[in-house]
This record gives sequence, C-alpha cells and structure tokens, in this order.
Amino acid sequence: MATAIQSNRAPRNKTGRAVVLFLKVSAFLGPALILLGALLVYPIIFTGVRSTFDASGNNFVGLANYEQIFTQPRTLIAVRNNLIWVLVVPVIITSLGLVFAVLSNRLPWRSAFRMAIFLPLVVSGLAAGVTFRFLFAASPEVGTANAMARALVHIFQPPGEYPTARASREAPLEALEGGGFRTTTTVTAGDTLHLGLVGVQAGNLPAEVASAESPVPAPGTVQGVVWLDFSPGGTVGQVDAAEMGMPDVPVQLLDGDKVVGRTVTDAAGRFSFDVQAGAQHRVQLAASAFRAPFPGIAWLGPTFITISIMIGYIWMQTGFAVVIIGAGLSGLDPQLQEAARTDGANELQVFRHVTVPVLMPILMVVMVTTVINVLKIFDLVFIIAPESMQPHANVLALEMWRASFGGARDFGLGSALAMLLLIMIIPAMLFNIRNFRRDG
Amino acid sequence: MKSLFRVVLAALLIGGAVSAQQSWPDLSGQSVRVAGVWSGDEQAAFTAVLNEFATLTGATVEFFSTGNDIATVVGTQLEGGSPPDVAMLPQPGLLVEFANRGALVNIEDSVGDLVDANYAQAWRDLGSVNGDLYGVWFKAANKSLLWYNADILAAAGVEPPTTWDEFVEAAQTVFDFGVTPISVAGGDGWTLTDWFENVYLRSAGADMYDQLTNHEIAWTDASVKEALGYLAQIWRHEWLANGLQGTLEAGFPVGTVQPFLDNPTAAFVYGADFSAGVIASDTNAELGTTARFVAFPSVAGSGPAVVGGGDVAVQFTNNEAATQLMRFLATPEAAEVWAALGGFTSPNQGVDVSVYPDEVLQQSATALQQAEVFRFDMSDLQPAAFGGTSGQGMWGLLVEFLQSHDVDGVAFQLESEASAAFQ
Repeated sequence: MATAIQSNRAPRNKTGRAVVLFLKVSAFLGPALILLGALLVYPIIFTGVRSTFDASGNNFVGLANYEQIFTQPRTLIAVRNNLIWVLVVPVIITSLGLVFAVLSNRLPWRSAFRMAIFLPLVVSGLAAGVTFRFLFAASPEVGTANAMARALVHIFQPPGEYPTARASREAPLEALEGGGFRTTTTVTAGDTLHLGLVGVQAGNLPAEVASAESPVPAPGTVQGVVWLDFSPGGTVGQVDAAEMGMPDVPVQLLDGDKVVGRTVTDAAGRFSFDVQAGAQHRVQLAASAFRAPFPGIAWLGPTFITISIMIGYIWMQTGFAVVIIGAGLSGLDPQLQEAARTDGANELQVFRHVTVPVLMPILMVVMVTTVINVLKIFDLVFIIAPESMQPHANVLALEMWRASFGGARDFGLGSALAMLLLIMIIPAMLFNIRNFRRDG
Repeated sequence: MKSLFRVVLAALLIGGAVSAQQSWPDLSGQSVRVAGVWSGDEQAAFTAVLNEFATLTGATVEFFSTGNDIATVVGTQLEGGSPPDVAMLPQPGLLVEFANRGALVNIEDSVGDLVDANYAQAWRDLGSVNGDLYGVWFKAANKSLLWYNADILAAAGVEPPTTWDEFVEAAQTVFDFGVTPISVAGGDGWTLTDWFENVYLRSAGADMYDQLTNHEIAWTDASVKEALGYLAQIWRHEWLANGLQGTLEAGFPVGTVQPFLDNPTAAFVYGADFSAGVIASDTNAELGTTARFVAFPSVAGSGPAVVGGGDVAVQFTNNEAATQLMRFLATPEAAEVWAALGGFTSPNQGVDVSVYPDEVLQQSATALQQAEVFRFDMSDLQPAAFGGTSGQGMWGLLVEFLQSHDVDGVAFQLESEASAAFQ
C-alpha cells in the first residue's frame, strides 16, 4: 500500500530529470537569452542583411555598399582615421597608465593621485569636448594652448613694432624670405630713398611719431624716409601732407650682402648713411621690426585635428588604465621585486624585468579594451572638430550616423559601416574573452 | 428684464464682432514640442512667441534647438517614432522631403484660411508640395546685405561699394589702411553657400539660377566657375579676419561680429537682416551708426536682386494643440511678438511695418518687397544631402573652396555630389 504513494517529488527516469533540468536552466538563463537575442543577435543579423541593400531598402546590391566604403573618399578617410586611432591611442594610454601606476605606487598619497587622474573619466564626453575645443582654439586670445605657445615663442622671437606692414605699390622694396624688406634698386652718395609702407593703422604708430617729410638729398650721404604711405585722397609713392613717418625701424646699409652700416629711423621716419662716392649700396629694413606675433598652431586645422582629439581622449581615458594597472600592481607579490633588488638590480631593471612581465596580462587587457573603445569613438570627434574640419577628422561611428540619418538617409551604407566596425572589433573582443577564460 | 437681457446680448454680440480676432480654445493640460535650428538670442525670441501662445491657450509649449543638423536630428526622431509636434524648417527642400515621405500633416483644412488671408501666393506655393499645403512661413530673411563698419571705412577713405569691382578695390584699400578687410564665417558652411548664391544670381541671372537649382545645368557649367572665380577674388587668405584657420573655426555668430568688436578685426562681413540681432546683442557697436549695411554689390552690371531665406512651420503630429499652434504661427500677432524684439522679418502681409524696431529691419523688409529679382536661397531648395548637411555637398565643398581656391576641382566635386543627391 505504501509503495503506491510517491514520497519523492523528483521524477524517477532520466528523461524526466533532463526535462526538469532544462526547465530550471531556461528559467534562469531564459530572460537573459531573450534579451541578448532581441537586442544583440537580431540587430546584428538585420544590419548585416540591410547592408546588402541600397539606400531605399528595396534593391539588393550585394557588396556594393562595402565597395563604396573603400572607394568614396569621405568614408575612406574615416577608415584611415580609425586605423590611426587604433595604432596610436591604446599604446599611449597603456604606457602612460603603466608609468603613472608604477610611479604613484610609492607615494603616500597614492589614492589621491590616482583619484585625480581618474576624475576626467567621469566627465561627460560632451563637456570634455567643449573644453578641448576652447583649449585648442586658434586665436591665442581664446585658446589656452596657443596662448602658452605664443608666450613661449615670444621669449625668443618677440613680435616687431609693425607686424602688419607691407611695401606699398610704389615703394622700391621687395619682401625678404625671413622677414624685412630690401631695396630693389641700388643707391649711391647723394641719392634719396622713399620707402613707403602700408598695412599699419596710423593710430597704432608709437606715441613719438611725427609727420613724414620727403628727404632732402645731401652730398656724401644717402637720405631716406620710411613712412606710412596711406592717406585718403593721397598719392601712393609721395609723402603726402597727412602721412606719418615710422620711427624705430632698424635700417641697414648693405654692400653686396654684407652689412656695413646700421641706424634707426627717427620720429619722422628719416634715416641717413654716410657713404663713399661711387659705391653702390642697397638698404635693408631689418626683419625684427616686422615680425608678426606668433599666430599659434592650427590645432584644429586639417593636419593636427585628429591629434588634438586624441589628446583630449587620452586625457579622459588614462585614468582607467591607471586604476586597472594599479589594482594589478597591488596584487603583485612584493617579494619578487625584493628578490630582484637584493640581487643588485636597479629600479629600472626591476621595472623592465620583473614588474612588466608579471603585469603583462593586465596590460594586454587594458590595451585591448582601449582598442575596442577607440574604434567606437564618436562624441569627442563630433564636438571638438569644427564643422569645416569634420571631413578631415571623420571616423566610422560618426560617418555611420551621418550616412544613415543625415540628408542622404542611406541606411544601406550606414549598415555596411556598422558591419565593418563590428568586423574590426571582433578580433579584439575574442582576444579579451580568451584572456578571461585563461585567467578564470 | 427680457429687454435688458436683449440689450446686453446685443452689446456682447457687437463687442464680439468688433474685436473679431482669433479666439483660442482652452488647451490646458496639453503640450506641444517644437524643434528649430535657433539657439542663443533667436531661441529666446522664438520662445517669447511660443509663450504668447501658451498664455492664450494654456497649453505647455517646449522648444528644443537642433543646431544646424535639423535634417539629421528630426530625421532620427522620425525614424524612432517620436518626431516633434511642430518643426521650424529652414529649408523648403527639407519640407518637400518630409512631405514626400508622408511624415507631415496636410494643413489645408486646418490653417488654409489664415494662409490665404495673410500670405502672397509665392509663399503659399513655397509651403506646398504638389498642391497640398504643408507649411506656414513664419520667418523671412533678406540674405543680400553687405554689413560694414562705417568708422573704419570713413578712416580709410572708402565709400561703401555698390559694384563687385568697387568691393574688391575697397577691400584692398582697407587692407592697406591696416585692417584685414573681410570676415567670413567659415565655420558654418551655409554662410559660404549664401555668398555663392548672391554672386551667382547676379553674374548668371535669374533664369540660370533656377536651372541650377533644379539641376537642369551641371555644376561644372562655365557660369558656376565664373561665380567661383569672383569669390576667389574676395576670399584671399591674407584678407580674411583672424587668418584662414581663425575663419575656419568661426561660426556664424563669431564671424558676423568681427567688424563690430571693440577692436575690430575686419571691415566687411556678408550677412542677412538677422545679423542685426547678433550684432546688437554681442557687440557695443551701434546699429545704423557704426554697423551699417548696403545691398550686396552688383556683379557685371546686374540689377537689384535679393536672395531670401526663411523658416517654415510644419506639423508632424495630428493633434489639437499642434494644429492650434500652426494657426497661431500664421497670424500677424505671432510674428509681431518677435518683430518687436528685432533681428526678424516676417513674410506675413498682415504685420504692421512700424512694429519693426529699427530702420535696418524696415529697410531690409522693404528691399525684400521691392527687389526686381527675388529668389529663395538655392542651397535650401536642394535635397538635404546636397544643400543642407554639414561637412558635405554645397556646405562642405565651399568650405574646401575657401581653402583651396581650386575652381575646376570644386566644381567637379559639386557636380558629382549633386548628381548623387538628385537621383
């Protein structure tokens, strides 16, 4: 009678147990699998299929979109830029992270230091982008980077008194390569020189300036005047009534290429040289008076725009590397390093031969994670590059957005770009997963 | 009692008939989301217009700025199924695109009466696609003004130029005087397209302008290259305020104020009537005294011509609040709110001209009405991929032209991108 009652809930046979196991597994894993399928697997497959159709989605075009990526200059630049990003940035971030982590390990205020380096990571990409956009602005009045560069350059090459000056149309002057002007004609004793310059506002002349006067020839000397040859209604090449002289211009007398006399123009712009009869000379206005203020580096110009954005990104992301490597460092057995030191190794050798090899797995993880992050870069490029430079700074994620949702609405091309990005990321991802598996 | 009641009723009716303005329904609890390209002062002014609507109806109105990329931002929201209720589009080409996609509400029945009452036929046509009315033109712009700093020109002894040759000569004289003459907002590609359109309308004439707009002639046509050649004459790198790099980083607000700063870096800047708003709020220069404008110079003897622009309100969602807002925007009252604040001209014929706060706007509004030749901004009439997206098409290629001055190369690229967009 008792045997008819089932005292144990679990089914007796193998199939029953397998079914129950399957149900338990699905109950726990199911929701996650459904989410993964809906949000990851299905979109990937759909995008892959969509990339083989054209912009409207109705015509099958096979690999034409991919062909377009590699033939159209705009997308080709995006691919090229992404490759530059991948080759340069992860290496720099990992190296900097390693150096900072190792150096800060010895400090009593190590945590504070690491927190300070980590702080940029919590700033939004938008805020960081706007900050760097202003930092790198071309005008030294706005951009900190160029303000510093200008201050530095001006120590060695201070700007001249008349940086905007140019030779007037009638002046017998030619501009020299390194700045300054030289007369195109030669003069001898008793000649006069009218060296008219334009491009300087009369209001910007020094305080002691006086009205310009035409030089009077004197025997045995060369007389000249350097003056601002511009007045409304005046004649170019002639010293008109309202025109002012240009004082403090260094003038040099040349014999061939050798400087044989130096002087400076007076308040009315006049100068004179004593010369020997018969000798032919040229006169030169020294470059130092006309040196332009350092214009700054075109950080946001076509050449440097990608580098500037990279600097912004490295500033943001180095903290991540420092913290991860720092954690790895604290897991490092100090006895290894002690043993190396007692064997006579100096700090650098300890670093090269003990620390780095032991940390290598962590370094690889940091490097590969950064590669994945860098391939997806979007916000910094969008914000920091001015509209005129967007084509030069273009990256795949940005191009994907523009192609899909911009004027062209080409979802086929956008999908192809997305697939390309996926293909580029997969090796890095597999590498990371393999590392995790090995460690676990 | 009965007679008193009748008198009161009659009085009310007469009173109602006398003040027969729009009566607005009560929309409290409903909200409207409006998208537009405006930011800064223009955004503040348009928000004032929307607040007037909120006061009249009790609805909640929210404005969000999309920046220049309105095609992309609204397009994305449309794809996602949550477009704004109303959008202020700066390009008729975009209106046509959205209408052809079936995204817009046909407003013939809901707003058609107000449009017929207050707008000229030309503006109604610009708001229609294949005869169906979709848009109400709220803001019009005279984009053929050359602004200059009168003090600098006077000091340099230069008269404001009326012809292109005078313009180039004036620039050279100002440069000799010691000021870089030209400010170009190279950071915003659309300002460069406006330069081009003004030159082209004058050098090639209105008929060719229309042909190029509809891509009936190629961008490699000799007339286009001629216009690009004129631009290269004035866009000399040494003449640009703050140098080439500074110009490339200067967006519209920055580029517009360069001649009017306390230390001006330029003498001329090409602009529109809405430049006045930026100049007034961002500089100390006095409009009409220091900051003046002339009509864009004629080229090769062309007559007065105006390239105009505007913003059209379109409706994406078919609900009561959005419809009432569209009706409000078609009334002169809505336009007058912004008109009083400056930097705004309305194509609405019901607007009282004396509402415009200064001579500048009255002048430009008059010019808008009196132009022998009036054409809508060409880049705004193009498919958005070619005429309205940053970094590509007309916008991107003219920025490249500013740097390279390569007439043949840029014309060729313009043609290839135009062909792709017009397919």
